[in-house]
Formats: sequence, structure tokens, C-alpha cells
Amino acid sequence: MTAESTPALVQVADADTEGPAQAGPSAARGPRARNTKAYLQYVAAKIVGAAVSLFAVLVTSFFLFRLIPSDPVKQMTGGRPVSAEQLQSLRRQFGLDQPMWRQFTSYVGDALTGDFGTSFQFHAPVIDKITEALPATLLLTGTSYVLYTALGIWLGTRTAWRNGSMSDRFNTAFALTLYSVPSFWLGLLLIIVFAVGIGPIPGMFPTGGMQSGGESGFAYILDVAHHLVLPVITLVAVGYAQTLLVMRSSLLDEMGSDYLTTARAKGLRDDVVRRKHAVPNAMLPTFTLMFVNLGQVVAGQILVETVFSWPGLGGLFYQGLSVPDLPLVQGLFFVFATAVILANTLADVLYPLLDPRVGR
Amino acid sequence: MVERVPPPPAQPRSRLRVLLASGAAALALAAGSIVPGVPLGAAPQQAQAADSGKSTLTVAVAQSVDSLSPFLAQKLMSTSVSRLMYDFLTNYDPKDNHAVPALATKWEPSADKLTWTYTIRSDSKWSDGQQATAEDAAWTFNKMMTDEGAAQANGNFVANFKKVTAPSPTQLVIELKEPQATMAALDVPIVPKHVWEKVGDFSKFNNDTKFPIVGNGPFILTDYKVDQYVKLKANKDFWRGKPKFDELVFKTYKDQDAAVAALRKGEVSFVAGSPALTPAQAASLKGEKNVKVNEGPGRRFFALATNPGAQTKDGKKFGNGNKALLDQKVRQALFLSIDRKTIIDKVFQGHAVEGQGYIPPRFSTYFWQPSADQSLAYDPAKAAKLLDEAGYPLKGDQRVGKDGKPLDLRILCHATDPNDKAIGKYLQEWWGKLGIGLKVDCLDNVSVPWYAGEYDLAFDGWSVNPDPDFVLGIHTCGALPVKAKDSATTDNFICDKTYDELYKKQLAEYDPAKRADIVKQMQSWMYDSGYMNIIAYPNAVEAYRTDQIKSIKTMPEAAGNIYGQDGYWSWWSAVPAGSSSSDSSGGSGSTGVVVGIIVAVVVLAGGGLFIAKRRRTTADDRE
Repeated sequence: MTAESTPALVQVADADTEGPAQAGPSAARGPRARNTKAYLQYVAAKIVGAAVSLFAVLVTSFFLFRLIPSDPVKQMTGGRPVSAEQLQSLRRQFGLDQPMWRQFTSYVGDALTGDFGTSFQFHAPVIDKITEALPATLLLTGTSYVLYTALGIWLGTRTAWRNGSMSDRFNTAFALTLYSVPSFWLGLLLIIVFAVGIGPIPGMFPTGGMQSGGESGFAYILDVAHHLVLPVITLVAVGYAQTLLVMRSSLLDEMGSDYLTTARAKGLRDDVVRRKHAVPNAMLPTFTLMFVNLGQVVAGQILVETVFSWPGLGGLFYQGLSVPDLPLVQGLFFVFATAVILANTLADVLYPLLDPRVGR
Repeated sequence: MVERVPPPPAQPRSRLRVLLASGAAALALAAGSIVPGVPLGAAPQQAQAADSGKSTLTVAVAQSVDSLSPFLAQKLMSTSVSRLMYDFLTNYDPKDNHAVPALATKWEPSADKLTWTYTIRSDSKWSDGQQATAEDAAWTFNKMMTDEGAAQANGNFVANFKKVTAPSPTQLVIELKEPQATMAALDVPIVPKHVWEKVGDFSKFNNDTKFPIVGNGPFILTDYKVDQYVKLKANKDFWRGKPKFDELVFKTYKDQDAAVAALRKGEVSFVAGSPALTPAQAASLKGEKNVKVNEGPGRRFFALATNPGAQTKDGKKFGNGNKALLDQKVRQALFLSIDRKTIIDKVFQGHAVEGQGYIPPRFSTYFWQPSADQSLAYDPAKAAKLLDEAGYPLKGDQRVGKDGKPLDLRILCHATDPNDKAIGKYLQEWWGKLGIGLKVDCLDNVSVPWYAGEYDLAFDGWSVNPDPDFVLGIHTCGALPVKAKDSATTDNFICDKTYDELYKKQLAEYDPAKRADIVKQMQSWMYDSGYMNIIAYPNAVEAYRTDQIKSIKTMPEAAGNIYGQDGYWSWWSAVPAGSSSSDSSGGSGSTGVVVGIIVAVVVLAGGGLFIAKRRRTTADDRE
């Protein structure tokens, strides 16, 4: 069965390479109508590729989690007095007594209609569990995403522009240090220092969770913002270095270019040269990275969500894996993969608009 | 939905603090300072609770709730909440775990041992005002007997029931198929019929949409946020008396270190381990002001199990357990060479008690110890002698069997349990000295080789209930799998006639003293067999804030544990510490504000300098 997924993946790879190859850079100088047509063909190829990838993910997720050697029923009832009849009845309810091929066909059939089944441990539709936890994850990782991307681009530009200066060396080293710090460790450290308080520093933030409970209206928003501070700082601190480094190196590549010398020779102000000429060109690799990261916003950050007891998808995935709660992990895996595939497809589709050399 | 006391006068001030704190932090982030700018201090949350005049007991828990329906809930967290929401027929005495009245005031069997009559109390009311009656209990049991969806969590309790009726509002009659001694230990929450009979599909109803949830336990569940918290308020009409705390909150902390930090800060009043605080956490909390570390006897045992030859119910052998372990002498030799004291001292760092019988000493009625001549205490010399007798003489530095092969064993260890790994190292050393090789197989999930019988030894452990029936039952022949490699109720493939007869006898014995005696005989048999060697009973290590909780009942009452008790004793009995805590936190709050202002000024000044410097540089560049 797994063999079935392999050709599908190959096909995706083909679609990826075919797109730009079909209408290569030579087409760029053609009439405008032809350009539009080529672009639409390119977009269509990307969308077909994405659809094929999604189906491959659907198939893979079924087998992937069945490789985990475990018995969900025994794991769930572990430590409690349970009779053999009860175990049998639970197995029947979960459909685990069915042959593998039947489990597979009904899973794929249901999933195509948007039904990911019922979670074993929570007795609720998987879709409901996911939609319940999704906003929390989007709030946390989305906020962090915006902040670390902005911070990375800004600092990356600054450090590259002052290449070799004290601040460049300091910023790069500092970012790299934070980048290599394990996120859960940094999170715990922040909890000890800024939530519990140490020495003269008072405990200012909650130690975990997303809300104190009981608030409503504006007080609720403030309360959530208050809970959001430490996990966001953690994610931004460990996340901005990547953008910084990509931005820095691509801007350094541009800095020796003739067009910048020309711009300067025209008498343009230094920061105009930087903002209007160098940065837009240097943005392209950063742009790709931004979309790669965007796809991961949905997946959440399992470790940070755990340390801060954030009720998001990352934590849910962990809980699902520990059983393993097959419908739940399959559903989550599919959602995570979909987000990454969609973000990449979006990047592919938008890229030619930013860089005319691609896709025409 | 959410019952909320009107905002206390102190709220606007703390709101401002929260706003300032969040805003300043956001500013600091936006300004790109990586070390968070320290904003104005915000008072600890606990002070807010004190201001509103409500006493709140906040408990940090590691597990999230799987379901609020007592018919579905499997996790300890959820079943503990059920215990607080609904009364059971009986409860366990905190002193010695014997059955005491709860919803039922009296219970007695018929002469033929097959009919039990319970007298239901007439002073228990549902929180919507209706009387709780025998009809509710009968309906609950009947539902579990007839609806597979309702039998998911507690179906085992009704498996031997023939018929359940309620001849009058205060009389419940249960007819059995076979005599059963556990009739005073039916851990089944009784739900209100008039609410639950409206439920359609029991396998999907999670009881988490309408609050407060109608119940008759010591607490009424008022609010629940998935993976975040469960809020309960004291049931003022509870027949045993109202709990002393007004509100009880279970707050989910997925990381135990974060939970310990929350206790240190006063954000939670109590931290339980899962199952225990680590020795390092306990040690770090011991010196802390206003924190008490409570250490009680645990309900778990930590054991070494041997593979006695995996087999199905009809006797078909499978698996690949080492044949040498079929010899009782070899099994006993292995256990004679385990220095349990060292394991307690070095691995558990003193937070455990040396193991003996199968049932932990916490359950005093059933606790059994080997006699002096029966005892398999640490004795490597005797172990070597037993191995010689069994036909495994020492050749060079290896024990070699009759087939000329060296005696090499494997042990299954849980990769997630550091204790397993550490003890595995010790076993390698001790058994190595004896001439036995040992391979420690640490796996994320040991269940597959376990069910397949593909192991020689395994680290094993169970949490024991006040009634030991279940943990004894998993070693009967009836618990073996029907097909090879199928998971079944068996723990370890033990199947023995003597043991099975004793098991049946104890289940049918209604005299508590006689039953305890049979249970002890079973433990004695198991000890001698060498199939299971109990290494330790790990302690329950937990901590609470003495400035929030003045006193709390442990179970057993003398030096017992608090979290995960049998019954609701701890939370029902907890007494708030009074108002002294709000004073101290108010003080630290204002210190916080002062420090916060200073730091904020420094950050702002630094930021200003930074921007000014940057402007100047740009101007220089332009020239």
C-alpha cells in the first residue's frame, strides 16, 4: 500500500520542476497575453501538484501512525480495572477490530468528505477538537511569526548594511546564540525570572495557560494578552535569527552590485538606496523563508505550548500521540501538512509576481 | 454560563497593571530588545481572589480531562472530578480504606450471597433541588448494563449483575450472577436520572455543554475550558457538610517544572506529581517559605516481572522467553541478587519504601510480608548456589546451561522512565557479577513485545485500588489472551491452578477478615513463585502552600497522600489559611511596581539614547 504513495510523491516532484521549465525565462519577452497564459498554466500546475501532495499525505498519515507499536485501547484504559469484554467492546467501537484494508478505505472515504472520525480519548469529532484548539495556536504562533519576521528583516538589514561593525558582530552572535537555545529551556527560564520573579525582579506574568478564567469583554482580551507575553517572547527569541541571517546574507550579496553604486552616484540618500534599491532585491530569499515559516504557524510549537501549558494544536498532537489516538493524530497530521503545502503553493504562485524571472 | 462574582473594587487597578505589563512588553518586543523589557509589576493572581472575598483552592494538574461524562471518563483527572461531582454508593474510610456510607447508608447480602440490598439516604439532593433516590442509582446501573456506550468506563462493575431494581426511593436491590465480595467497592458515580435520561448517544455525550452540571457530590462543576481549567464551587447542601473552600479550580500545567514555579509564586495552592514530584523538585521546594512538601505512601508498586512462558487461554505457547526462567530456582536467584536498599537510596533517593508483598503497605488490610525464612533478601552467595543447583554452573565468568549456551537475558524498560534505565544499569552490574548477561531494551512503547511474549524480564508497575480484586485478577488464567499476541487483561501470562482457586475463593468471601487472609495467601504464593518481584513502593510526593491551605486531610490520615485519594477527603476537608496571604502578596505587588517603574525608565532611556545615536549615524553617513 505504501508503494501507492511513492509514485504520487514523484509526480509532485515532477510538477514542481515542470512548471518553470515549461515556460522558461525565454518566454519572458513574449507578448503580454502569452505571459498571462504561461502564468496561469504555471499556477494550474502548482495547484494540481498541491492536490496530489495532499492526497499522498492523506494516505501516508494512515500508515505512518499505524507503525507506532501500541494498542490504543489498552493504553487508554491503563491502570484502571477493565474487563476483557470492555476491551473488546471498545475495540469494536473504535473500528480497530476491522481488517486494515477496510479501516483504510473508510478512513480515506470519510476524510475526502471532510470527516476525520471521532477521537478515541475525547469522544468528540476530530474536526471539533482541531477547531477548538486552532485559534489558540494561531494566536500564539501567528503573533510570534509577525514579530520575529519583522524583527529578523529589520535587524538583518541593519546588520548587513553595517557589515563588520561592532553592532553587526554583536547582533549576529546574539541571534545565533538564541537560535541554538532549546525553546523549552528558554521558556522555563523566562517563567522562573519573569513569572515567579527572582531577586529584585518581581513576578509579572502568569506561569502558564491562556486565561485566568471568568473574565469577559475587554478584561478577557487583556488577560489573554498578559498570558501571551512570555510564550511569544520565547518564540520570537529563538525564531528571529533565521530570518536575520537569510536577510543579512542576501543583502550582503547585493551590496557590491553596480546598480547600488549607480544609485549612490545619482546622489540618493544612503537609507533611500537601502530601502528602495537594495532591500527589495534582497527580500526574495527571505520571502521564501517567510512562506516556509507561515506554513508552520498552524502546526504550533509543541515544546513551547507544553512549557506554557498553551491549549493549542501542538499540545493536542502530543496528547494524541501518547495513546495513540489514531483519528486525532491522523487528522492533525493532515491539517499540519495541508498548511505547509498551501503556504508553499502560495509562495510558488506569488513568486513570479515578485521575480519576473520565475515562471514565465 | 459562567457564574461570576461582580468585579471587586481592586480590579481596575490590576487591569491597568495587566495593560501596562502587556503593553510595555509588546513595546519592548517591537523595539527589538531581545531580553524582555521589564514592565510595571502586576500583582499575583491569588491576591485578586483574596480581594473578592471568595476562598479559592487552585490545584495544578498534569492531565487534561478526557470527558466529563462519568460513563466515558478514563483518565485519573476526570474520574477524580466525577468523585467530586457525584456521590457513589459507598466511600472509603480515610484511616484504613474500609467501606463507609455515602449515598447508601447500609448494605447487606442475602443468605444465598446473591442479592444485595442498599439503603439509600434521604438527605441527598441534586443541585437542581430534586431528591436523589434509589431510582437514580438503579437507572445508572441499568443503563450501564444495557447500553454499550454507557459501559465504556465502568462496565466491569456491572459485568456480574443480573438485575437491578429500586422497590422504594430508599431501597436499591442488586441481584448477582455469582457471589462478589467487592459490592461495597462499586466505584460508580450515580447520576440524576431526570437529567441523563434525555441523553441520546452515551458514547458521544461528554457532559460539557451545560453549566453548572447537576450533581450531588461535595462540589458542583460550574465551568470548564478544554485543556485549561475545571472550576467547581462548594455544594452548600452536601449531606456530609459544605466544603470549607468556596471554590476549587483544577488548572492544567503540561510541564511539571512550570507547575512547581506556579506553586512557588502562589498562583496555585497545590502541586501533585505525576505520579510524584521528582527528588530534585522536592528538594528545591523544601526550604521554601510557606510551602510544605508532603510525602505519603504511594499506591503503586514497582516490580520486576519474568516471562513465565506466554500462552493463550487454551494453552497454546508463543513468544520467545528464555527457557531458563521457567525454573523457579533461576527466578529466585535473580531476585536474591537485587540489592533493593541501594535502589531505594540511589534511584528513588529515599522517596520510596522497600518492596515486599504485592499490595502496598498503604492498604493495611491486605498488606503482606514474607516470613524470615521465606524472605528473598539480598544474598548473592545464595543466588550463586541456586544457579549451580539449577544447572547453570560458572564457566570462566559466565553462567552456562546444559546446552553449553551462556545465560543471557533481556529486560524490557520504558524509555520514558528514568527509573527503569537507572535500575537496569544496577541489574547489569549485579547479575554480571553472578555471571549472567543482561541486555536492557528501552522502548517508547513496550506493549508490543510484551503482548507477543517476546521478552525475558520486564519492569512492571500498577496503581492499586483499595479493593485489590483487579490487580489480583490480572494474574488469573482467565485473563490470558484468546489468540497469540492479542492484548488481553493479563499482565504477565501467569496461569496457575492454586492461584486461580484462591482468587475465586476471595471474590466469593464476604467476611472481610477471611477475605484478607486469602488475599495474603495469594501474595505469598506469588512471592515464592518468583514470577513477580516487588522492588519498591514509590512514595507520593506533592507540595502545597501553607499560606493558602491551613490544613488538609491526608489518606491514610496519619502521613498519607493528598492527590488521587480514594474518595473526596482532601478537597472536601481543606481549610483556607485566612487573609494573611493577601497582605504579603500586596506588599510584594507594590515592590514590584516600584522595581517595574525603575526598570521601565531605564529601558525607555536606553531606547531613547539608541534612537538618538542612530539618527546621528544616519546624518554622518549622508555627509
